[in-house]
Amino acid sequence: MEEDCVIQVENLTKIYHMGTVEVKALAGVSFNITRGEVIAIMGPSGSGKSTLMNILGCLDRPTSGKYILDGQAVERLTGDQLAIIRNRKVGFVFQSFNLLPRASALANVELPLRYGNVKNIRDKARASLEAVGLSERMNHRPSELSGGQQQRVAIARALVNEPSIIMADEPTGNLDTRSGKEIMELLLNLNQQYKTTLIIITHDPTIGAHAERIIRLRDGLLVTEET
Amino acid sequence: MNIGQSIFEALESLSANKLRSGLTILGIVIGVGAVIAMLGVGQGAQDTITNSISGIGTNLLFVFPGNFTQNVRNGKPLTISDANALLDQFSAPSILTSAPVIQGNTEVAYGKTSLRLSVTGATPEYIAMSSYSLLEGEFITESHNLGQAAVAILGPEAADRLFGRRDGVTGENIRINGQPFRVLGVLAPKGGSAFGSQDRIILVPFSTAQNRVLKRQKDRADYILIQAVDAESVSFASDEASQVIRERHRSPIGEDDFTILSQQDFVQTAQLITGVLTVFLGGIAGISLLVGGIGIMNIMLVSVTERTREIGLRKALGARKRDIMIQFLTESALLSLIGGLIGIALGWLIAFIVGQIAAANGTPLNPGIGLNAILLATAFSTAVGLFFGIYPANRAAGLEPVEALRYE
Repeated sequence: MEEDCVIQVENLTKIYHMGTVEVKALAGVSFNITRGEVIAIMGPSGSGKSTLMNILGCLDRPTSGKYILDGQAVERLTGDQLAIIRNRKVGFVFQSFNLLPRASALANVELPLRYGNVKNIRDKARASLEAVGLSERMNHRPSELSGGQQQRVAIARALVNEPSIIMADEPTGNLDTRSGKEIMELLLNLNQQYKTTLIIITHDPTIGAHAERIIRLRDGLLVTEET
Repeated sequence: MNIGQSIFEALESLSANKLRSGLTILGIVIGVGAVIAMLGVGQGAQDTITNSISGIGTNLLFVFPGNFTQNVRNGKPLTISDANALLDQFSAPSILTSAPVIQGNTEVAYGKTSLRLSVTGATPEYIAMSSYSLLEGEFITESHNLGQAAVAILGPEAADRLFGRRDGVTGENIRINGQPFRVLGVLAPKGGSAFGSQDRIILVPFSTAQNRVLKRQKDRADYILIQAVDAESVSFASDEASQVIRERHRSPIGEDDFTILSQQDFVQTAQLITGVLTVFLGGIAGISLLVGGIGIMNIMLVSVTERTREIGLRKALGARKRDIMIQFLTESALLSLIGGLIGIALGWLIAFIVGQIAAANGTPLNPGIGLNAILLATAFSTAVGLFFGIYPANRAAGLEPVEALRYE
């Protein structure tokens, strides 16, 4: 069982100092995530789910506790070491897409590969865009694409490095219902196809319903783990 | 990320803000252009002065009355006898010839044209030493000198001004100080010199100048021109001349009432002056390059703030500190490199125009922009870009990914 865990989190805390006041964004959270799982992290705003996402995505470090990602302890790595981990093991899908506005869809997808010094950059980026169904629009800029298409480009960018986990932060938050549904279907299909662990941060229950397991947070603590 | 890709991305992001990038580049263009133009004109001026001093003749020494470095009482003037004493083969073996010279400005007229020109009283030896050549006519001879003949040789510019032409003026009559003189010949152009233009002059026989034109006391010379046997013996010639004149003037050692300068002294002094001037002007121009550099820093700081989210995204996708540093440094270095290259062209153009204007005004000036000046300007402007880019780039690289991504 142990080697099938892509994420192991033990007693994770994160404390922010706001002047003299200490704010406990995470107050000791422990859970495991199995490889290939679809997980939803839910909770009201201020519950600590963004903080948890930042730590799971290696964008931030916990104040204390253990975090093992894909067999590697990451809680005490330096900024540059975390950058390498993010590059190889984490794919991000953001609510506001976060594409480079001046670069084509293809160039946007190539970006993580460039930072990873990978070979055959163009071919891999093409394959990734084909996988999200955008083979016709590779040379379009983000401003020439619809919201749903932009989010597809972002998903292709998250996939292109064959990461261990994909962190999707409110992936449908900026989309209308129909394209939101399509994006969710795409994410779940890709999870089926590539067995990449999918972690969705959301407060939308209909999105949460797609997950195999829901981690609920309140006031920095794990409330329930539903299956 | 490889260098080619970095440069390509940097160019792309610079071209996204064309006006802003253009104005930033303009700051560097003006700075580098000014530096290059100053260095070029300075070098050109130095070359011109050096050439014209060399053009006076070869292996020459000048003896002037009075001590240039300290006060000496009861100094004696230089005389024709002093000049003749220097011709003695035994006391001054390194001296080939010497000649007394008198020089002054006076009124010269032809028809209704009248102007002040520098008139030199010259012996045939002086003319030989000064390496003049003639466009037409003949030189002053010893018999002209002995007979105080009323003849004159015109410099090419003097001929231009008096007659409006340089040829066919031999045999014409001009008036110097109201007295009629016959034109004996016209000199070939030689260019400017440390003593003013060598083309805007009139030569008359020494004795004529002494008695009829410039009116010096009997035997008095304004300065003495000496030619050494060869280049190696110039310093010996200087020592020998000092010895001879010191004895004749009975001046105590260390209190010479004359000063000997060689052509080399003039060249060195001129180079020192033009060199200091070039550095001074270049320094002032350098300040504008500094201001251009501050412009780069300013615009890069704005750019970093504007692109905080982009930096956060790049970091989330795996960009290390170094990657972000390189990205912004490439942009600032490119700004200043492009500015530097355009600036070199602009500076060269300015120097060229200055040279043309100078030439049109009768002073030949060839602005010299050497490869070293170009390399210096390119390297310096890129260094300015890197230096002023480091702080903004460092600021970008140091952003926390979480905060950068959240930035609105």
